[in-house]
Amino acid sequence: MLDIGLAHYLVVSAILFVLGVFGIFMNRKNVIVILMSVELILLSVNLNLVAFSAQLGDLTGQVFAMFILTVAAAEAAIGLAIVVIYFRNRGSIEVEDISTLKG
Amino acid sequence: MNWTLALPELVLALSGLAILVAGVLPRRDMTFPCTMMVLGAFLLSGAFVLTQPDGMGFGGQYISDAFARFMKVLVLAGAALALLLALDWNRAEGLSRFEYPVLVLFATLGMMVMISANDLMSLYLGLELLSLPLYVMAAFHRDNARSSEAGLKYFVLGALSSGLMLYGMSLVYGFAGTTNFAQLAQVLGGTAPISAGVVVGIVFIITGLCFKVAAVPFHMWTPDVYEGAPTSVVAYFATATKVGAIAAIVRVLAGPFGGAVDQWQQVIVLASIASMILGAFAAIGQTNIKRLMAYSWISHTGFVLMGLAVGTEAGLRGVLIYTPIYLMMSLGAFSVLVAMRRNGHAVENIQDLAGLGRTDPAMALGMAIFMFAMAGIPPLSGFFAKLYVLLPAVEAGFWLMAVVAVLSSVVSAYYYLRVVKVMYFDASTGALDARPSGVSFVLAGTGLFTMFFFLMPAPLLAAARQAVAALIG
Repeated sequence: MLDIGLAHYLVVSAILFVLGVFGIFMNRKNVIVILMSVELILLSVNLNLVAFSAQLGDLTGQVFAMFILTVAAAEAAIGLAIVVIYFRNRGSIEVEDISTLKG
Repeated sequence: MNWTLALPELVLALSGLAILVAGVLPRRDMTFPCTMMVLGAFLLSGAFVLTQPDGMGFGGQYISDAFARFMKVLVLAGAALALLLALDWNRAEGLSRFEYPVLVLFATLGMMVMISANDLMSLYLGLELLSLPLYVMAAFHRDNARSSEAGLKYFVLGALSSGLMLYGMSLVYGFAGTTNFAQLAQVLGGTAPISAGVVVGIVFIITGLCFKVAAVPFHMWTPDVYEGAPTSVVAYFATATKVGAIAAIVRVLAGPFGGAVDQWQQVIVLASIASMILGAFAAIGQTNIKRLMAYSWISHTGFVLMGLAVGTEAGLRGVLIYTPIYLMMSLGAFSVLVAMRRNGHAVENIQDLAGLGRTDPAMALGMAIFMFAMAGIPPLSGFFAKLYVLLPAVEAGFWLMAVVAVLSSVVSAYYYLRVVKVMYFDASTGALDARPSGVSFVLAGTGLFTMFFFLMPAPLLAAARQAVAALIG
């Protein structure tokens, strides 16, 4: 029987984090996927904080995680609102189309 | 629990909520009254900042010291003047909505929380309270494709940067065992070697903060957002929020991570050199003046980071002198950009300024002063700003950085002087519309400061010295 320790949580969270970052950079299709990737990054951080909090026997990490959950909800709402007005103006949310501003 | 310490923030937050209600209830357009109420709230909050005692509150989450007061006064002044500029511009563009001043208020509140943060948690909350209104403001011209694209880009990269920073914070918390700045300084300041987890965490936090101050290689959002967002919004981005971002990076690196200076110094030196070089060369080919200002800011970031990288008391004092001087130059330049309007339409190419020296000599003189100051030509204020970060770098032996700084300001003088040349020597393509009184007010105030700073630098130098003393103890 394998003991689940801090290292396991950190590895899972690091994998989630890297998936999130790659989801933003490698994604060429859809802005909604980017929003999901951002959430993935924030969740990996929460996992980290809660694991550390249990390990250290200190509640700060869990309080921090609560704040991050709240802010993530607000951030997702604003992100979706911006995606909606972008779609109204351009009729597309393909990542490759977001390129009128450059130079 | 000493909650009266945070009176400036509490006043601002409560007036924000009240103004939101005042904007919704009446059936008429409340933009002007709401703007005036927000300016009043800024004044009131500023008065509380000036009388704020030193101390810590909210279980060590919040700190009030000379550094916080110095930066908060700058942020409030910058926000108030940028709001004044936005009033006329938004009306002319059909963006007169009362939410705008309220968003400015909450973003400013976020910056003040961030400046007074004494814990990674309050730093993060302040940063998000700043960022969320900024995303909305960038997309404020919601029927304009460019503005919504700027908002979307800013949101995606901003959310990514906060994610990176948070990941760093979680690592620092886990490996150092605390999120409080004072305790972090104790843990990292000891003789024990710093664990690799903390170093990785610090690097992630620096990455996030470098996104906010737009240092190379995390600068790519700046030119796009500056070009796409409404000019009134950019006037706020380029002034007040830059002060807040500088305050945050200085507070974090010089405070809790001051003991780990060997770990982050090289990173900041590299970011500084890269920012100065890219800011100088990428701006040369620009035709859009808002993009030009974005690259100009990136090059100024390099100078600010140079003072921070030196890490000595003199270097940090240089940063604190640079900040208000940059704030004034930038506000002045943006007051001209906001006034660039021909036959009722906003224009934003450098060539649109042609002949301004004859059609509006006062504004052309102001713009010339700001451009000369940004290029760092004595005796204007920008020269002293650069001098006070260059000297400590030379004294501490950072020769490469100092040489790059001097050479890059020579290169950037080219594009600043080109604006002056276009204004005075190119044939006019028609006069700009008469400038609104708000613009004249900001132009005159910032112009006088920039021009005559060298006559009375003492009060600013003294305030900066006090602020640095509070910061590094």
